[in-house]
Amino acid sequence: MRKIIAAALAVASLGVGAAQAEITVGFVTSQSGPGSSIGVLYDRGMKAAVEYASSIGTEKIKFIQLDDGSDPSAATRNARKLVEENKVDLLIGTATAPSTIAMAAVANELKVPMIAISPITVPAADSGDRWVIAMPQPPSLMVKVVVDRMKRDGIKNFAYIGFSDAWGDLVYNGAQKPAEANGMKILTNERYARTDTSVTGQVLKIMATKPDAVLLGGSATQGALPPLTLAERGYKGPLYGTPALLNADFIRVGGKVVEGVLVSAGPVIVAEQLPDSHFSKKISMDFRAAYQKANGMPTTDGFSAYSFDAWLVFLDAAKRAMATAKPGTPEFRTALKNAIFTTKDLVGTHAIYNFKPGESYGVDERSLVLVRLADGKWKYEP
Amino acid sequence: MTGEIAAILAVDGIASGAIYLLIGLGLVLIFAVTRVIFVPFGDIAAFTALSLASLETGTRPGTVALVAGLAVLATLIECTALVRAGALSRLPRALLFYLVLPLLPAAAVWLVAGMALSMPVRIALSLALVLPIAPLLDRIVFRPIADASVLLLLTVAVALHFALSGMGLLFFGPEGVRTKPLVDAVFEVAGLIVNAQTLLIVVAAVVFSGLLFLVFEYTLLGKALRATAINRTGARLVGIRPATTGTIAYLLASLLAGISGVLIAPVTTIFYDSGFLIGLKAFVGAIIAGMTSYPGTALGSLLVGLLESYSSFWSSAYKEVVVFGILIPVLLWRSLSMAATDDEETEE
Repeated sequence: MRKIIAAALAVASLGVGAAQAEITVGFVTSQSGPGSSIGVLYDRGMKAAVEYASSIGTEKIKFIQLDDGSDPSAATRNARKLVEENKVDLLIGTATAPSTIAMAAVANELKVPMIAISPITVPAADSGDRWVIAMPQPPSLMVKVVVDRMKRDGIKNFAYIGFSDAWGDLVYNGAQKPAEANGMKILTNERYARTDTSVTGQVLKIMATKPDAVLLGGSATQGALPPLTLAERGYKGPLYGTPALLNADFIRVGGKVVEGVLVSAGPVIVAEQLPDSHFSKKISMDFRAAYQKANGMPTTDGFSAYSFDAWLVFLDAAKRAMATAKPGTPEFRTALKNAIFTTKDLVGTHAIYNFKPGESYGVDERSLVLVRLADGKWKYEP
Repeated sequence: MTGEIAAILAVDGIASGAIYLLIGLGLVLIFAVTRVIFVPFGDIAAFTALSLASLETGTRPGTVALVAGLAVLATLIECTALVRAGALSRLPRALLFYLVLPLLPAAAVWLVAGMALSMPVRIALSLALVLPIAPLLDRIVFRPIADASVLLLLTVAVALHFALSGMGLLFFGPEGVRTKPLVDAVFEVAGLIVNAQTLLIVVAAVVFSGLLFLVFEYTLLGKALRATAINRTGARLVGIRPATTGTIAYLLASLLAGISGVLIAPVTTIFYDSGFLIGLKAFVGAIIAGMTSYPGTALGSLLVGLLESYSSFWSSAYKEVVVFGILIPVLLWRSLSMAATDDEETEE
């Protein structure tokens, strides 16, 4: 049986090889399932990216998209199918962290470069090689920027309340190092679940420590539960958060209470408020225009911009890789991987990307600005 | 912990306990009459909250489509069964109960959705809308396997929960909602600030458990329900139809779920899948009372609420572990303190 499959694959690859040597990109996102609220944004961002540039020089790019239904096993199947049947040169995906990790495992195993658009801890292949880069700002950086800002605001200690899941851990762990470096104290490590009906106990404990500020490690709608309960208990101090709170439902549910909350965000979120000298201004406005054209609606979210930046990194790397190998071959995949991992000073909407061999994250503190919620809108705070 | 903090936590715990109490009573009611551990109970509570929120924002609740779909399915099943049995004369009655009555509130909501409605009307509509869900599910899923073992019924109930939760995502979307408070006042009781909403939840729990008590003790209907719970065969012999009492139990329970949904909607953000955990905690409360006693369930649910509240203060990350961990000593105590009885003895 294995021989037959091998033979079939060999014939199939001959077929592909004989055809035109165009670059094939496989894109997976969650267009259904619980991850779809973000997955759809990634999809629209990618549509904008293809609208922005669909060829490299004269070479057309073949683009294949699949839905993983927010299911890691479907993401694995999709990645495998894209590599083995469609012979893609690059994988891009996907909306949820578990599915992205699943795809990264396939990329490592089958030796295909991949650009992850969710913040994950990127695994290396068994051989120690890295085939996967991640676009987003790492969570520790998102928190560091906020904690540094607290220091600037004269805050000496703060309380933490976050989700009792991996995200809550990431934010808390991310806050520890910069807090220590700045000589600040984290007073509490309170946790709650997304489905909890009350955080009164946690908030009482926070109030008892009399913190200068509160750091929120929740996300979206239920990120508003601690601020609401804090307000109920008479808390008047400042609130800080991460980009996970950049969400219309957080504002809708939090209302007046969450006014003034300060969070870190990719610069693209407030593109029109940035000064012209900011690196992200021009490319972000180009992205917005392409988004409007491709989807027939405006955007202010940051997720779709990760898809767009992934595409920019790919275009830049593919241009260099095409000089050394022919698309559709294992040599090209290796060349593309090497090109991606030597990306230098590439300006995207979120960051200036610099990837080095052996490192899967390529952004620095320039990739985050601070924004404050004022009158239900996020305002750039230099 | 100071006395003040302990008191605030107690108030908070009693408020969540009261919600678990309402749902726990419904769980015990359904279990006693039909032997089904109705896992999707919390889902119905969540659907009520989501429907209420949709009406509040002036959009058409997804529940309308859900109820309509269930009603059509139940009618088809019931009519097929009647035709096969040759009981054509009972067709109009079946159509009335399984199609017309469930669709009435759905149609009403469908017509008025988008209009500015006053709070009581919105609440009444949401309650009327979710009321048929449990009885219809009973007809579609549980009636055909009414005589199966408790374990099979439980397995089916769990599967039903997953199906409902999937439908919830389909009809309501992934985002959570929070409705406006029913009452906005704040009271000060002995130096302690108590939200009127909290008070309302507790009052509602007391009133509805009182009403249930009266129904069970003093009405023919309540006695029929109790008879079915104690001995199905015996109840049939004296002319009580278990199918009918089952439907009534589901209706009552649906109402309880609906009320807890309405009460909880302004207190926290409700997602399409929030109901499961609330239902599970109510289930823990009911287990403490051995799934049989109503006063015991009330006490057990309050205990769960208090435990949850205090553990969220002491060690919030382990809150759920504490709440569900209490099951182990409770089950040990129950199995040791009780003589070995055959769970299925009433079936013979």
